[in-house]
Amino acid sequence: MALLEVRDLHTSFFTDAGEVRAVNGVSFDLDYGKVLGIVGESGSGKSVTAYSIMQILANTGKIVSGSIKYNGQELVGAGEKVMKEIRGNKISIIFQDPMTSLNPTYTIGRQLREAILLHTDRNKEEAKARAIEMLKLVNINEPEKRMKQYPHEFSGGMRQRMMIAMALACEPDILIADEPTTALDVTIQAGILELMKDIQKKIGMAIIMITHDLGVVAQMCDEVIVMYAGSICEQGTEDEIFYNPCHEYTKGLMRSIPTSDNQGEKLQPITGTPIDLLNMPKGCAFAPRCDAAMKICIREKCERFQINDDHAAACWMNVKKAAEEGGATA
Amino acid sequence: MSEQTRPLIQVKNLKQYFDINMGFGKAKPLKAVDDISFDIMEGETLGLVGESGCGKTTAGRSLLHLYKPTGGEVIFEGRPIKTKKDIADFRTKATMVFQDPYSSLDPRMTVSDIIAEPLDVNIAYHPEYKDKEKRRRRVLQLMEYVGLNSEHAARYAHEFSGGQRQRVGIARALAVNPDFIVCDEPVSALDVSIQAQVINMFDDLQDKLGLTYLFIAHDLLVVRHISDRIAVMYLGRMVELAKASDIYDHPLHPYTKALISAVPVPDPKVAKANKRISLTGEIPSPLNAPPGCPFHTRCPYAKDSCKESMPVFDEIETGHYVACHRVKEIND
Ligand SMILES: Nc1ncnc2c1ncn2[C@@H]1O[C@H](COP(=O)(O)OP(=O)(O)OP(=O)(O)O)[C@@H](O)[C@H]1O
Ligand SMILES: Nc1ncnc2c1ncn2[C@@H]1O[C@H](COP(=O)(O)OP(=O)(O)OP(=O)(O)O)[C@@H](O)[C@H]1O
Ligand code: SF4
Ligand SMILES: [Mg+2]
Ligand SMILES: [Mg+2]
Repeated sequence: MALLEVRDLHTSFFTDAGEVRAVNGVSFDLDYGKVLGIVGESGSGKSVTAYSIMQILANTGKIVSGSIKYNGQELVGAGEKVMKEIRGNKISIIFQDPMTSLNPTYTIGRQLREAILLHTDRNKEEAKARAIEMLKLVNINEPEKRMKQYPHEFSGGMRQRMMIAMALACEPDILIADEPTTALDVTIQAGILELMKDIQKKIGMAIIMITHDLGVVAQMCDEVIVMYAGSICEQGTEDEIFYNPCHEYTKGLMRSIPTSDNQGEKLQPITGTPIDLLNMPKGCAFAPRCDAAMKICIREKCERFQINDDHAAACWMNVKKAAEEGGATA
Repeated sequence: MSEQTRPLIQVKNLKQYFDINMGFGKAKPLKAVDDISFDIMEGETLGLVGESGCGKTTAGRSLLHLYKPTGGEVIFEGRPIKTKKDIADFRTKATMVFQDPYSSLDPRMTVSDIIAEPLDVNIAYHPEYKDKEKRRRRVLQLMEYVGLNSEHAARYAHEFSGGQRQRVGIARALAVNPDFIVCDEPVSALDVSIQAQVINMFDDLQDKLGLTYLFIAHDLLVVRHISDRIAVMYLGRMVELAKASDIYDHPLHPYTKALISAVPVPDPKVAKANKRISLTGEIPSPLNAPPGCPFHTRCPYAKDSCKESMPVFDEIETGHYVACHRVKEIND
């Protein structure tokens, strides 16, 4: 049994314009001590997947079907009382924008202390000591002084580190980090990523790292999920995804980023426009933008196809290749 | 880049200070850009990098005289920009693509009016566009340059995606047929797949129209890809300037070294082998810039002498400028 088991998750938003199928059949396992990266285009459902796990969706959002098991315990339909126990204690989240989850009118110290009091059985004194310890851990100097300051007196990077301190103060089993460093300078980003890895090694928690930066994935992750239009299009170990991408979207993504190898060359962008979730094509969601698309891609959606033990992708190209190879040996 | 013959723009000791109200009727200068000098050659792309708040946008705006520089001089095509007339002339040759595609376009204007606005404002310079039909054709031509569908002309900017809005911003910057464009983080807000389209478009437009760019960005891989040379700023000052490949593979300034070592490389084997230079120490505010070298509070090589005097921005190797007292010792 894995620490977290997500099976065939479907999450939709019911809007005036219709049902927005933001997450469309997502499944994965996460074990202790592992870092799972989730990458994908803006709007592909990365954050909604995370919010579904935490059950903190907007009012119009709903988990339509599927299962999310934490340590074998079913969370879908478990009710708010159970989720209150889980959130912050067992599974913590760092949001894309730190200001949305900090209260501007409370001091940093108060917010940290309250989080610790709420989620652990420390007393007031212990909570304060723990808060200071956490600020030190995320490299905020003079933590005693900093405890008395307000969020607006912190720089963007400091607020983000403060969020990490808050998320980690309760020693969760799973940390979900939703673009935790996107707004930061690379020198600060690098420090925060290293820090997260260090703490992870120390306390053995699992991390779900949501990002659109393949550089961050390369540095941090053991396994990677690539999402497109609410579904997983490819999933595998980090090496498999980077050195043996098997979905045309992932391949396109890799070609479109500047690297040491394509200096002085034209980048090869993915053409076309991003998907409209209200008007999903019948076949492969990527087909309208895919240079390799075949007739079957437009007609029918490709199911998850196992490339090897460490790697699966939902692209007809692999099915075709396997059939050809199988045909050759048969 | 075409032939690197002569500088199109020369920036000499440019300063841009903002007065910050400290209460009790007192003001203090915030030295957003402090004494920077560089040239940009005709047809060249000069990348400008540095951490948030180091003065990149301010340098671009000040250079274009969107602010009145506190000090220093900008020379365009060999002529210093001094009078109001100089500035007005200059504006028809040098334009800017703004940092945020979401807020820099007026939501109440149609795409066509947004793109044509610089023509309307500078109509004295382009009297031919008083003719409605000529103006319309120019707008369509600009939209074609940036890969926007002509059917989009009558739509409003808020109906567009980030990538499309960025194209509108670029078409607008091209309207007056400039020689020089300051591109302020033009791809930062865009999704990776769209980024590549816009980067390629900048490349193509440069080839087609012979443009010169100052390209501001914080993504070093993007900057290296598009730039001929790269300038690195720190706390309002320029600390290093060299060929893009030299900045990336052979940085000499301690700050640049740390910056390059922190770039997340999208290749797991390289990323895991990377030795990052970590920076500790306080990041100073431009309101209280430390005396001496602005980087000394975080520099792993700082000595007492670094706190005393400002290092000179010097040509250490041919075409490679660095402002560091210890540049020779630490690169031996
Ligand atoms: N409250 C909501 N109401 C309606 N649609 C929503 C809502 N929240 C998200 N969506 C839609 O769900 C889809 C997935 O959104 P999500 O925020 O998960 O994307 P993401 O992959 O995290 O993108 P980004 O990289 O931009 O953060 C998008 O199409 C989005 O428009
Ligand atoms: N109009 C202004 N009035 C006062 N201070 C300003 C003004 N514009 C910029 N500053 C200050 O000048 C400094 C440099 O700002 P600038 O916007 O040039 O930085 P930047 O390098 O472009 O940063 P970023 O990467 O975040 O865009 C900052 O400290 C900023 O707060
Ligand atoms: S299934 Fe077909 S359309 Fe979809 S990504 Fe693969 S090749 Fe392209
Ligand atoms: Mg998101
Ligand atoms: Mg800026």
